[in-house]
Amino acid sequence: MRHQIRVEVNGKSHEREVEARQLLVHFLRDELRLTGTNVGCETSLCGACTVWMDGKAVKSCTQLAVQADGCSVTTIEGMKQGDTFHPVQEAFWECHGLQCGYCTPGMIMAAGALLKENPSPSEAEIRQSLKGNLCRCTGYQNIVKAIAHAAQGGAQ
Amino acid sequence: MAIHQPSTLSEACALLATHNRGSDRDLAPSPLVPIAGGTDLYTHWPQRPDEHAKSYLDLSGIEELRAVRWRNDSLTLGALVTYWRLIQDRTCWSALPMLVQAARQVGAVQIQTRGTWAGNIANASPAADGVPVMMAYDAVVELVSSEGREEIPLADFYQGYKQMRMRPDQLIRSIRIPRRSFLFQRFEKVGSRNAQAITKVGVAIARSGAGWRVVANSVAPTVCRCPTIEALLDDKVTVRGPDDLATALSQDIAPIDDIRSTARYRRRVLARLLYFALRESCSAFE
Amino acid sequence: MKRFEGLEKLTGRTLFIDDLPLENCLWGATVRSPAARGTIRQVRVPNHLEGSGLVLVDHRDLPGPNVVSLITDDWPILAAETVRHRYEPVMLVAAESRAAARRAAAQIEVVVDPLPAALDFRQTPTAEQIQVGDDNVLKQLKIERGEVDEALAAAPIVVEGEYETGAQEHVYLEPQGMAAWLDGEVVVVHGSLQCPYYVESALTRALDLPAERVRVIQAATGGGFGGKEDFPSIVAIHAALLAIKAQRPIKLIYDRGEDMAATTKRHPAWIRHRTGLSEEGQILAHDIEVVLDGGAYVTLSPVVLSRGMIHAAGPYACDHVRIRGRAMMTNSVPFGAFRGFGAPQTLFAIERHMDVIAKQIGVDPVKLRRLNLLTDGQATATGQVIDDGTDRQQVLSRALDLSRFTYKRSQHTAFNAEHAYLRRGIGLACFFHGAGFTGSGERAMKSLLHVAGLADGRVEVLSASTEIGQGTTTIFTQIAADQLRLDPEQILIAQPDTWRVPDNGPTVASRTTMVVGRLIERACDNLRERVGLDAAATGTELQAALVAWHEEHPDEELLGSARYQQPPGIEWDDETYRGDAYSAYGWATYVAEVEVDLRTYTARVIDFVAVQEIGKVLNETLARGQIQGGVVQGIGWALLEECRWQEGGMANHQLTNYIIPTSDDVPSIRVAFLENPYPHGGQGAKGIGELPLDGPAPAIFNAVAAATGVDPRVLPLVPERLMELIEQ
Repeated sequence: MRHQIRVEVNGKSHEREVEARQLLVHFLRDELRLTGTNVGCETSLCGACTVWMDGKAVKSCTQLAVQADGCSVTTIEGMKQGDTFHPVQEAFWECHGLQCGYCTPGMIMAAGALLKENPSPSEAEIRQSLKGNLCRCTGYQNIVKAIAHAAQGGAQ
Repeated sequence: MAIHQPSTLSEACALLATHNRGSDRDLAPSPLVPIAGGTDLYTHWPQRPDEHAKSYLDLSGIEELRAVRWRNDSLTLGALVTYWRLIQDRTCWSALPMLVQAARQVGAVQIQTRGTWAGNIANASPAADGVPVMMAYDAVVELVSSEGREEIPLADFYQGYKQMRMRPDQLIRSIRIPRRSFLFQRFEKVGSRNAQAITKVGVAIARSGAGWRVVANSVAPTVCRCPTIEALLDDKVTVRGPDDLATALSQDIAPIDDIRSTARYRRRVLARLLYFALRESCSAFE
Repeated sequence: MKRFEGLEKLTGRTLFIDDLPLENCLWGATVRSPAARGTIRQVRVPNHLEGSGLVLVDHRDLPGPNVVSLITDDWPILAAETVRHRYEPVMLVAAESRAAARRAAAQIEVVVDPLPAALDFRQTPTAEQIQVGDDNVLKQLKIERGEVDEALAAAPIVVEGEYETGAQEHVYLEPQGMAAWLDGEVVVVHGSLQCPYYVESALTRALDLPAERVRVIQAATGGGFGGKEDFPSIVAIHAALLAIKAQRPIKLIYDRGEDMAATTKRHPAWIRHRTGLSEEGQILAHDIEVVLDGGAYVTLSPVVLSRGMIHAAGPYACDHVRIRGRAMMTNSVPFGAFRGFGAPQTLFAIERHMDVIAKQIGVDPVKLRRLNLLTDGQATATGQVIDDGTDRQQVLSRALDLSRFTYKRSQHTAFNAEHAYLRRGIGLACFFHGAGFTGSGERAMKSLLHVAGLADGRVEVLSASTEIGQGTTTIFTQIAADQLRLDPEQILIAQPDTWRVPDNGPTVASRTTMVVGRLIERACDNLRERVGLDAAATGTELQAALVAWHEEHPDEELLGSARYQQPPGIEWDDETYRGDAYSAYGWATYVAEVEVDLRTYTARVIDFVAVQEIGKVLNETLARGQIQGGVVQGIGWALLEECRWQEGGMANHQLTNYIIPTSDDVPSIRVAFLENPYPHGGQGAKGIGELPLDGPAPAIFNAVAAATGVDPRVLPLVPERLMELIEQ
């Protein structure tokens, strides 16, 4: 069964016909060619596919595309505004909060959502808020540091 | 696969009446599976193509199910209330803190923003994290169908592994949790890591004017109250160590070995969690 | 210097292989064995799939021999008559979509008549389980020095111990994946990989094509850790076979479940120590046995075994050493390269054993190590005289200071007496890690590297070393820029592409910065000489000279080159396993503080200090990141990560049930470096990639022993296992 949906992605409205079974992550990657959102596990675990839906962090593999109908989605491609990086992107750059880069888009989306809710989180709160995003390269330390840096406005 | 996305509860009930009612079910080969946050369903979505052939009733567009209602004597959660919603609710932190503690232990933020309390009940997993605390708080499940509504105490809701006292044409509309003053409450979850882990053994304990409630998960085919332990506490029986509780517990639970842990571990750890928690509150614990 | 490729990764612009747009492509999927061992009776393709436009490939479609070229020609590309492990590839399919390919693969049934499987590498196989030689031994090695039996007989104290480590899954965040297509006569393979030339040689052999008709290009690679050293050759051959048969481009991308079920992992190991000691604790003799589970095929097991054995006696002096080792064939997924390459297993054993000894003879574990640590002029197990000037005692002291080891120990005594159910403890591990290939490996490799002087005055490094997250491109930029006195912006790093870059060896063995970095320096020198400048030339002079050269030689290529030269004084004998096993070692002491919850039998690391001497530190931020990441991977291996086997297959092959650490499971890792520049490494560096995997497990086990009084010897120490020890 196919459904007509209208989704606003990174500020741009898209109307598409999608299969009912299609996950949001595949809609973003295959239909809209927004491949910055990565697939790491297909079991709602690794968090590499984290995006914002109506401003909240969700795993785009934990969501059907039809359920995004009428919603506003932000992906990693929508974080940089013109020439200005999002403060979390700046901070990851500054603090080397990445290595292989595969978990990075999801990490940035999760971190960005945290800072919207809690502009000055403690280290424990940062670690708590990132536990839905796996990283196998960094040991998380520079990621935590980057988010603390962004929170202090260090990136602005 | 088909997905229906009603925007009102009566529409949803009508769809269920058409697709899921007893006599018609033979004619309609694909009964509707209601989904709220869908977090349990999507976890293995790509690996389970048989799930793609089913028909779903997506409740997420039914605004009337999103309400959180605080009254003097109760909290009522609409079927679409998420874990995240209660984590953000300061009243909940003080009035019913185990709900917040359990919510924070479900998956991680991205799951907490999608997963619902009602979905946790309806998924009927013995490892559910939300169910033990709701059951320890004497939650009551409100079911609706096109034929009317009924209420069932959560403690009586499960009849066996994934078996619920709920007809296929019924939906959970809300969960009502009485507000009481508690002398003691504690939620413990043991997973294989600090986050994103399915519970290996867990327990919610509450003591109020209504007596003791001890509810365990991942140690039986359903989340279950532990009546022998509750009686032992109500009777103030002397407990000298975790082993004394283990004997009583064996009446209440039936853990198994599985991919996540062993029956032996679950028995021992549950007894120890209970012992060390209760020692803080019960003079009968030595 | 900031990460070379960082901005692309931060904005989602990086194209991993699954992101690569590929016109008109088909999707591949793999049909696998359901049984651990048996004879393939039939491969049943349902009627509705036949003639449905589906592309099918099996072993009969192979143009070349049915082997994945590695050390021994035993690893089939596609199983023909028999299977030797569950999830072994048998048939390939390609369809118009990813979902259709997966569905088709799931519907094809491999019917296997089962044969008795060898599933426990620790047990001597029965006659009907034997599949290799007359004992299932894949490789046997021995290191011997001095008179071990006599020394053991004469030693006043002998301490014995057996230790075991489990398999570990890499969990690079990006699963394995390759794209393949035909460009005229040329087979092009593009994908996630560590070693382009390994893939190239496997492809030329399997497809029976000359090197000029095969081109391998690395895509952005989301982590490797050794998992993309050996296995990508198989994925590449599979993708290429489908592309040839279909005459269309192919994408073959594993999902996580398939990746974890079917790909190589860290070798499980069983290690036995018999140690002769003086009353004071001086080590007089080592008798060590190392047994690895090699899995179904040889892959890289002989070299993993060899590195493991060379590290098995630890960083300690001892004149009488015997280390016997073997890798056993079993009917499980082949075990392969994984960060540390055998050393984490044997260093876990020796460093846990040191604490077992300390306890048994009543000597402080720190003192026991101080007494035995190698000093310059003393020799390792292979007879390599260590003379690098590193103060190994100082490495240990620094770790003790940073962790406040002695103070913490007394604090813990008080804490443990007070607390109802929490127990704290602190433990350490002293270790070393040989950088670069073992023995004559680097000499045999004869790595070649070029730097190109471009017409616009910029310089491009042409290297087959891959960026897999560890920072290769950043470090290479830094080395080339420094050597030529140029701004980093003037340096380009070529994408590893076998048509463009020479073979300077695989990206493995902690060799990239040390060995390849040195080649860059020398190739830069050579480039400068080629344009008539000497080492005093400034960057501006060099750029002017490059521009001028190209004006005089239009359309010509200007290359500076360097080929590997062995540092002087290195001797190694492959027959006797004697000599200089590695040209340089990193030295380290790690300290772990743990808290054990006696309610749940869970051990948690609450503080971690990692001190190492790794030659010159070239980029401290990157180096710290490598150490922190390695330590966390080591914490996972020690406490959380358990492969649960069912008939030789991994039963928990999803991230939901194979448990790696999250940010909330690990503390901040405190890292410190001591620097003793190594004259033959790039800018004085030694390798660091693998070192941090070696220390966490033994330090954590020693800390748990200190906290609880139990004697844990089997890794991972999951709560169920710790419960059995505590409740004994």
